[in-house]
Amino acid sequence: MEHKLPALPYAKDALAPHISAETIEYHYGKHHATYVANLNKLIPGTEFENMTLEEIVKKATGGIFNNAAQTWNHTFYWNSLAPNGGGEPTGALADAINKSFGSFAAFKEKFAATAVGTFGSGWAWLIKNGDGALTIESTSNAGTPLKDGKHALLTCDVWEHAYYIDYRNARATYVEAFWKIVNWKFAETNLSR
Amino acid sequence: MAHQLPPLPYAFDALEPHIDAKTMEIHHDKHHGAYVTNLNAALEKHPNLQNKSIEALLKEITSVPEEIRTTVRNNGGGHMNHTMFWQIMAPKAGGEPTGALADAINKSFGSFAAFKEQLAKAGMGRFGSGWAWLINNGGKLSIESTANQDNPILEGKIAILGVDVWEHAYYLKYQNRRADYIAAWWNVVNWAEVAKRFTAK
Repeated sequence: MEHKLPALPYAKDALAPHISAETIEYHYGKHHATYVANLNKLIPGTEFENMTLEEIVKKATGGIFNNAAQTWNHTFYWNSLAPNGGGEPTGALADAINKSFGSFAAFKEKFAATAVGTFGSGWAWLIKNGDGALTIESTSNAGTPLKDGKHALLTCDVWEHAYYIDYRNARATYVEAFWKIVNWKFAETNLSR
Repeated sequence: MAHQLPPLPYAFDALEPHIDAKTMEIHHDKHHGAYVTNLNAALEKHPNLQNKSIEALLKEITSVPEEIRTTVRNNGGGHMNHTMFWQIMAPKAGGEPTGALADAINKSFGSFAAFKEQLAKAGMGRFGSGWAWLINNGGKLSIESTANQDNPILEGKIAILGVDVWEHAYYLKYQNRRADYIAAWWNVVNWAEVAKRFTAK
C-alpha cells in the first residue's frame, strides 16, 4: 500500500513569523516528503507492504521504522501547530494539565526544558498515560510514543531542521515561539480519544 | 584549568564557497562555544576532574560521576570533536593524501575513491545527528559513524578525520541536501593535518 504525504493543514506561510514559509517549504516539502518516499521504496516485498502506517511504526525496526515513524511524527507535528493557535488550553485538558503538573506555567516550563534538553535530533511529547495522568517525554531521532503504544497529545520537533533557518542554534527561542502557534484544539481532541 | 574554546585556525569565510562564513561563525562560536561552557559548568563541582584533558575524561568516561556523565559525554565529546574538525579542514586544501597515509588508505580500502565513497556513505547513513570517522588502529584504517557527539575515544579508538553530519554543520547552505555538503567538504579536507595525526604516536 502506498503511503501518501498528507496535505499541510494550512498554507506554508500561515505560521509566520514564528515559523517561516521557507522552513515549511523544506521541512514539509523535502524532509517529510522524503520520509514518505523512502518508506514507499523500502516496503515493497516485505511483511510491511500492506500494513497501515501505525502498524509499521509499531512493528518495524531500522530504516523502515525510521521513515515510517518520521512520516507519522511529522503529520502529528503539523497538526500540533495552527495559525490561530497559542494561548492556553481549556476544559478537560486544562484540568488534566493542572492536575499532572500543578499549573499551566509549570507544564510549559517542564515541556520547554525537555525540548531544549533533548541532545541531538528528537522530539518532545505530551503524553496521556493509561490512568489519565499526563507526562512529558523526549524521544531521539525517529523515536515516537506510538512505538510503545503510548497516547500522544502534542509534540514539538527539535531536530535542527525544524528551526535552523529561522532561529539558528537558538532552540530555546524556537520553543518559545512554538507556544504562540501551539494547537490546543488538536491536543484536546487527542485527550478525548 | 577550565577548558577553552580554541580559536578557529582561519577566518570564518576561509572555507567559502564550500562552507559559508555564517555557518562557520555559528558553528564555532555558538555550538562549539556552548559545548565548552556546558562542559566547564558540569565540572565546576568536581575539582579533581578539572585538570584532566578532554581525551582522558572521555577515555575514562565510566569513572566520571554518574550525575555529570551524560553531560560530559555530550559536551566534552562536542568539544573534542569540533576541535579536531576545525583543524582537519583548511582553506586551499582538498585534493588527495600523500605518503604513508595514502598508502594506508589504499591498503585498507583499495583506493582513495573507494575510501571517499565509504566515508560519504557512513555520513549519509547516520540517521539524526552524528559524525562519520576515519579510525586509525595501529596503521590499519577503518570507517565508523557515531551518534550525536560521541567520540570514538569512548571505545578507545583513535579518529584521525571526522565529518560532522549534524544538520547545524550544513543547513544554512545545503538545507536537507547532506550529500551535497559531504561532496563539497572534500574540497576543504586538510590532508597534511590528517597525515600528522596518522603518524602521531
